[in-house]
Parts: sequence; C-alpha cells; structure tokens
Amino acid sequence: MASIDTGGGDSGGHKKPGVKKAKKLSTKVDMTPMVDLGFLLITFFIFTTTTALPTAMKLYLPKDVDKPEEQNKVKESGAFTILLGGNDNVFYYEGLDPAKLQSTNFKGIRDEILKKKKSTNPEDLVMIIKPSEEATYKNTVDILDEMTIAEIKRYAMVDITPGEYALVKATEAASK
Amino acid sequence: MTPMVDLAFLILAFFMLATKFKPEEAADVKIPSSVSADAVPDKDVFTVSVDKEGRAFVSMDNPEFRQVLIENLNKTRNLGLGPNEIKSFINIPSVGVPFNQLKSLLSLTSDQQKALKQPGIPVNDSLGGELHFWVRDALVAYSGRKLNLCIKADNNTKYPAYKNVLAAFKTNDQNKFLLVTAPEDAPAGTPLFVTRQKKSGAK
Repeated sequence: MASIDTGGGDSGGHKKPGVKKAKKLSTKVDMTPMVDLGFLLITFFIFTTTTALPTAMKLYLPKDVDKPEEQNKVKESGAFTILLGGNDNVFYYEGLDPAKLQSTNFKGIRDEILKKKKSTNPEDLVMIIKPSEEATYKNTVDILDEMTIAEIKRYAMVDITPGEYALVKATEAASK
Repeated sequence: MTPMVDLAFLILAFFMLATKFKPEEAADVKIPSSVSADAVPDKDVFTVSVDKEGRAFVSMDNPEFRQVLIENLNKTRNLGLGPNEIKSFINIPSVGVPFNQLKSLLSLTSDQQKALKQPGIPVNDSLGGELHFWVRDALVAYSGRKLNLCIKADNNTKYPAYKNVLAAFKTNDQNKFLLVTAPEDAPAGTPLFVTRQKKSGAK
C-alpha cells in the first residue's frame, strides 16, 4: 500500500535523511464475523427451505346423471367393487353380487386388482370404488393410487349403498 | 479455512436460490402420498384445505382475483363488507369461517386472525353448503380462464367431509380436480413401475 508522507511528523523543521515511514498495515481482514454470519444464514435457509414439492393427483369425476338410461352399464364379468371400511379395512367383490364380499387390507388389494386385471378382458374391466363413512381421505387417495399403479383405465367412485354398508359393518364386527 | 468458507458460501447461495417459502396456512394438514409425478401448478390455484376435524378453508393465490372474488361475494351474499375488510381479505392467507362471521374475522388485525381458531366453512350438506358459493364466485372471478382447483385434505379426514367438498365443486359443474399429495415412488414390479422404467430407458 502506498503511504503518504505528510512531513508533519517533525516539528523541528529539518528533515533527517531517513524519513520515518508509517508502519505497513497488514492487508488481511479478520473474516471470522463474516463467516459466522454466513453459517447463520445457511442454517436459516436450510430450515426454511421446502424440499419435495407437493405433487398433484388428477381426479376427473363424471357429471352427475339423473336419468338411469344415460348411465354406463357395467358388465358383470368385468365389474370389481372395492369397499373402504374404517380402520384401513378394505373389502372387495367381483361381479355385481355384494354377498360375495371378501375382506383384505391395503397390501392385499393390489394383488387382487392385478389378478382381476389379468383375468378380465380390458374392455370390460371396471373398478368401482365405494368409500364408506369411516374411510379416511388417505384411504381414498391410496385406492386411487392403486388404480394408477395397476394402470386401470376405467374406474369410478360411487357412494356406498346401505345394503353394502351393512355388510361391511357386519364383516368388520365378525372379524373383531 | 478459506476453502471451507468458500464452500459454505456456495451452499448459502444454493439455498438462497432454491428456497421457496412455505405459504402460511390456517389449517394444519398432513397430506397423504401418491405415485403421481405431476407438480402442483404454482399460479391460478384455488385450494380447498380440509383438516382432520373436517374444517374447510379456502385460499386463492392471485390477489387481483381475490379482490374480484370478495367483491362478488359481498354483493351476492350481502356480507356488508367495507373497503377495509375487503383489503383485509386480500392479505389474509386463507379463510375458514361461515359467511355470517366473515365480517368480524376480516375486521381483526392479521395477528388476531392468526390467533383465532377458525371454525371452517360449512360444507355439511350434499350441495356443498357455503363452499358452493365460494367456488362459484371464484369461477366467476376467473370468468372462463383456467383455474386449477386443488383439494388438500388431511390423512385422517373422514370421507363424508371430503365428499361434500367434491359436491361443492360438482354443483358448479366442475369435474376436474387436483388432489395435493406428497410424492412417492411406484412400487417395484407393478405395471406402473414397468411403464416408467421403459419410459426412462427410452429417453
């Protein structure tokens, strides 16, 4: 660094041959506070950052049709109904007869769906999902997810009928 | 020490750029996970959040349309809101009160609003209750432009609460929704897993 000789150091007037130079300052800056602040900011951003942005699951529902003749008919051989009970219980039956109700859980339903998918003509296959009043939102999302996982193209979400609800209740009570 | 400081500042810069602040929410909602890979759109979103007690909250991201929405609601539902309450609505992150309490909620300061436990928008019937009007006027505010309807419900929300929210949309002829979920991988060996493997192999 350049140092300026003001010449005012000596009040005596006459200059000595060896002019007194200002002591050379060190160019190194103490970085510790800056680094402290840097780490503080890092911890702040680490804690506030949101990793794993939420994803969106598309749900397209059909319009409510009042007239029964406008509704789609389901072939008995291709129908597969999944009923969601309370406490993560899952029930299912093939065809259109609720009396053939069988009990399973979220692990078991995947195999049943895949089995049905293999054994059925893809054009006829329709999955009918009926969540009961005890089913949670997670159950509903999980079962819709199973549809995506098994790549089922046609599925519908329908309200549970009182008859089926009674059956679900009865099966739940029996298994306790 | 210099290399460490260099690295530290690099990390700092990364986090500063990558950070996206969480929007404030009145509802404490733990979302379920799904295998869906689509991201939630970040603009023009109308979100209905349902917490585990079944309380419903609405939020809309665009303040311009929020103003149109509240002005519409003010007229159609006779809320009797003044300009100050409308301004307060534009700043509030989410609303979960019945129409008859909306005026008193909006006249509070924002700290008081945060402290207040909101009872939720009534959605207790199969026509969607008051949420129906929220959805209707949000659609009116967007007047034909694309509005993404998102539903964000808690893991333990019971199905009827969620069904009534769906009903509020359906009575407005809206049949396409986005369910907000956390990402998850497709389980190995399933058809979806196989398809995704093929796709990533083809790339």
